[in-house]
Amino acid sequence: MASNAHESAIKHVSGAAPYIDDVVDSSYKHIAIGGSSIAFGSITSIDLTDVRASEGVVDVITAEEIPGSKDIGPVFAGDPLLTSDQIDFHGQAVFAVLAETQMQARRAVLKAKIEYAAQTPVLELPEAIEKKFYVRPPHRMQRGDALSALKEGLHKLKGSVRVGGQEHFYLEGQVAAASPDEDGGVHVLSSNQNPTEAQKLVAEVLDIPMKDVLLETRRLGGGFGGKETQANACCCLAALFAVRNQCNTVCRLSRRDDMVMTGKRHEFINDYEVSFDNEGGINAVKYQLAGNCGSSPDLSDAIVDRAMFHCDNAYYYPDVLVDGLRCKTHTVSNTAFRGFGGPQGMMAAESVIDEIAFALNLDPLDVRKKNFYSNDQLTPYHQPVTDFTVPRMVDELEESSCYRERRKAIREFNSSNSILKKGIALTPVKFGISFTATHLNQAGALLHLYTDGSVHLNHGGTEMGQGLFTKVAQVVSAELGVALDAIRISATRTDKVPNTSATAASSGSDLNGMAALLAAREIKQRLIDYLREQHDCAADDLVFSAHGVSISGVHKYTWQELATNAWIARISLSATGFYKTPDIYYDRDKARGHPFFYFASGAAVSEVIIDTLTGESRLLRTDILHDAGSSINDAIDIGQIEGGFIQGVGWLTTEELKWSPDGRLLSDGPATYKIPAIGDAPHEFNVKLLADSPNAAPTVMKSKAVGEPPLMLSISVWCAIRDAIAAAGNYRYFPALNAPATAEEILRCVTDVKAQFS
Amino acid sequence: MLDHLRECRQKCGTKEGCASGDCGACTVVIAEVSSEKGSEKLLYRTANSCITFAGALHGRQLITVENLKHQNLLHPSQQAMVDCHGSQCGFCTPGFVMSLFAAMKSADSGQEPARQTIDEQLGGNLCRCTGYRPIIDAAMHALSSPVDNDHFDCDAATTIDRLKSIGGIAAGTKTEPHGNFFRPDTTTGLCELRKKYPAAKLLAGGTDLALSVTQQLETIDKIILSGEVDELKNFTVTESELRIGAGLCLTDFRQKIITLCPELEALLVRFGGTQVRNQATPGGNFANASPVGDLPPVFIALNASVVLQSVRGLRTVACRDFFISYKRTQLESDEIIREFVIPLNSFNHAENPASVINRFYKISKRLDDDISAVCAAFHLQMDGKTIVQISTGFGGMAEIPKPAPELEKTLTGRVLDPPCIEDAKAALMKDFQPIDDVRAGAAYRSLVCENLLTRLATEIYSPETSTTVTDHGI
Repeated sequence: MASNAHESAIKHVSGAAPYIDDVVDSSYKHIAIGGSSIAFGSITSIDLTDVRASEGVVDVITAEEIPGSKDIGPVFAGDPLLTSDQIDFHGQAVFAVLAETQMQARRAVLKAKIEYAAQTPVLELPEAIEKKFYVRPPHRMQRGDALSALKEGLHKLKGSVRVGGQEHFYLEGQVAAASPDEDGGVHVLSSNQNPTEAQKLVAEVLDIPMKDVLLETRRLGGGFGGKETQANACCCLAALFAVRNQCNTVCRLSRRDDMVMTGKRHEFINDYEVSFDNEGGINAVKYQLAGNCGSSPDLSDAIVDRAMFHCDNAYYYPDVLVDGLRCKTHTVSNTAFRGFGGPQGMMAAESVIDEIAFALNLDPLDVRKKNFYSNDQLTPYHQPVTDFTVPRMVDELEESSCYRERRKAIREFNSSNSILKKGIALTPVKFGISFTATHLNQAGALLHLYTDGSVHLNHGGTEMGQGLFTKVAQVVSAELGVALDAIRISATRTDKVPNTSATAASSGSDLNGMAALLAAREIKQRLIDYLREQHDCAADDLVFSAHGVSISGVHKYTWQELATNAWIARISLSATGFYKTPDIYYDRDKARGHPFFYFASGAAVSEVIIDTLTGESRLLRTDILHDAGSSINDAIDIGQIEGGFIQGVGWLTTEELKWSPDGRLLSDGPATYKIPAIGDAPHEFNVKLLADSPNAAPTVMKSKAVGEPPLMLSISVWCAIRDAIAAAGNYRYFPALNAPATAEEILRCVTDVKAQFS
Repeated sequence: MLDHLRECRQKCGTKEGCASGDCGACTVVIAEVSSEKGSEKLLYRTANSCITFAGALHGRQLITVENLKHQNLLHPSQQAMVDCHGSQCGFCTPGFVMSLFAAMKSADSGQEPARQTIDEQLGGNLCRCTGYRPIIDAAMHALSSPVDNDHFDCDAATTIDRLKSIGGIAAGTKTEPHGNFFRPDTTTGLCELRKKYPAAKLLAGGTDLALSVTQQLETIDKIILSGEVDELKNFTVTESELRIGAGLCLTDFRQKIITLCPELEALLVRFGGTQVRNQATPGGNFANASPVGDLPPVFIALNASVVLQSVRGLRTVACRDFFISYKRTQLESDEIIREFVIPLNSFNHAENPASVINRFYKISKRLDDDISAVCAAFHLQMDGKTIVQISTGFGGMAEIPKPAPELEKTLTGRVLDPPCIEDAKAALMKDFQPIDDVRAGAAYRSLVCENLLTRLATEIYSPETSTTVTDHGI
């Protein structure tokens, strides 16, 4: 298949691809946000006199100045744009400043005098679990009678794993720029995964109709879920100031403000009870998955649901009961992050498998295989698993990575070195594809063919580096026949394709690619009808290619000639495409249904080494086999796999969010929050796409979604680290490793297993 | 510099990712005339423009991503990134391209680089999308391919002439400020300015000073640049000592000290990213007095002293006495750090009659470009298996970098065997009561320090045993 370069690759390397802050010129005034300095309590007084008097300040607003809705919660209320009274987390927005320069705005913010009546916050997840302090009610999934089955099992285990949160650390921070438009309207440029939602919220905040708000997003400098809802505040503030002051405005958060004021991946505590037989076959399992949602619901209902949807990963549970808790703490409200709860749920599944294998002294890989789904077995939410490629991939990978031989060699190394220990693990991924809120699974596209044969393409998806625009253009090129470079890829705009869903849930290509394909098909059909009439030929006689069209093997028209002729014949050369994913439904009240159109899957083997004196670790080698269906673009898909994997490795190893005892984020910049650097990419990194694996579901070009699933391949690294730690205790004690497995956490576990050993 | 580029020059190819010198998105290349061994050439080095003061660029060539294309063709560093799918969201890409460009300029062309070389050259650039593999491929490709002269090479002679003429401008007025920016070119001039303006900020590499502006939003009234004082960039080996100029950048320091002290390589390669090492200086690392700076523990263990200079004259202070309390040092308001002096018998070299073992351990959350949770430096003189003399330096264990006197006392005259290590652990408890902070917990810091004694013992007595994870996977 094709490996076309990213549509903006040449612009990227030349510094010629404009991001929002690059188009902001001296006509723009700058916004900075003033946040609270306590985690929980209320505001008793606000004095912004000195802020207003500060050099360069043009305007200062509090909640009172918001003309329309003051809450920008995406699904449920709870996210005030500016809070006027109640403080629910440290850094919560209280006021905003507009000044001539960004530095002036940021300096002015420091001059606010705000008094608070502080209360004792709930900051830790265990306390929230204990107090049943929730942002939304708990939810349960079950199949069979797990509680009875658990009592009857041959072997039983109980355990718990704490999985830390994660900062998105998109390289381009949150930013939106706004310009006033006629009739009280506003045009907002935003680095945003969900322009339609931003449009709606801007309209609500300004109390104007959506028709008067235009949201535009050409590209994001990284999103990863962090700009699905969290980009909206900047949009609303920029729009509000722009309309109030009738000037161009930009709201760009400093890195620290970005890290303090915007949500992150949910931390989870996963408790489990499992019963199993002598071969490690699971009889029954009971989970409690408790997500730390922070201070408001945001998207947490769906995120904890997705954790629950993935606590099976690739394994069949004969009897299962899953409780998902949406815990509230007085910290910034957590949000979407690549995998959307799925990774945290999957960590529970893999912890259970490892612990069973350890208890029975079996290779965890054998226990994994023992518990793989067979076709048509039911998930905990009663969807049958079909076209399940995991067993095939795991077999291939086990062999190509020499897993068994290496496991043996590692045991030998470990007995010969008293300080360094190696570990290895092979873990699979099965990830459900579709928004679990069924109505979001829709997309639109707009296609124009101009009389010179060039094509303008627009759709509802946003380009955040994942190569969506490239893939969709490839789809149109393949369907219509025009050359790829004859297609103009244009910014996502709410006035071209309306009422779109967020580019999220790995659905970008599936939904927008299909919508664009349908638009291209529509135009092509009109051309076919026109040509058949003109040339009295059959549709089969027509062949469209980059050169134009040939009839019965004879070149007839260039695209320019064809388009011009069709136009003269008064054929419409513009079409919209609309797609909705078929066959999916979910009854949340019953926790049953068919929420996923299909499953995407992959498998990874990772080998690590740890230092039992310092806890330092290093990823030595990773082999990945991933199922991208019939890939639309190999290079882009492999890029998603490698990038997602390393992002997951960061989540599970070095990326540690730390808070002060009073709820202030301490890891508030790249000096203290460590995402993987180039040296963290394994020196041996073999990534392959599963061959001959067209998607059995009717997706665009039989491809499979690839945005999120590979992130969870990183669980192999975490399991390998645990294997290495176990070696420090001569494999006699199961290390109670949490995530992230920082050097500190690894050393804690090493000390633990050594203490039990001696 | 970054604000100047983006706001005053409308050159927006260079991106702001963090404004703190930690992500490399704003990487630019600065070329300067280097005249080693009589011939003049341009030395191309990366810098984080977000923490570079524009005034420090006088007489140097600033190259940004917009300058690389020539006659509408991509530079090979750019083309390789396109060919290898090295960009996804593209925001970090200009920074990577500039680091790769600088790497190409300093590499032996046509040689396939080691992976570690690439990790090192690009280690100060963060990418959140790709997982780095395609960027590594691009670097491998670009650095392996023999490169014909690019337009920078073709223009080199002209550039050198222009830079020299600019550098010479206002040579006679260097102690007169340009605005509030002073550029003295002698230590005497520097000391006079220091005396006259004690509140002025002394700017060396600026990798820390700039944060007061970009992070704390402070305004700096007056800046005295030390970077044009050649006297501060010496690296001299005499019969008995090594003298290191306070203003030598860490990249140069590393290149020069490696033969004398190869054990430092592993620490120095993890000292910030390449961009930071190109700017940062030993003098800055000391004057800044951070409890987690990496050079102070090293110099303390190596029995170095620091030479301070003012209009009153020179004085010498042992590095181990230099730090007083948190962020407070012996440096008076009219003084500058002139140089560091390390006795040659601190090094393990052929002429040294003593049997010396030096070990420098940096423990951090991330292996590359991270600040130490613990930095431990050991300098031992051995007689067979016995430690005859020991000096140490620790970072991250107290409010200042400091030695561990109780530990030194305990280990002197002993073999570092398990009973000795147990005693040493107890001594360490007396030396340090570390704190919990964002980088690590107190208990972890203490335990790591204790365990590093085991690593040290293993390296002394079982040198064939691999003791660090960085030995593996390469």
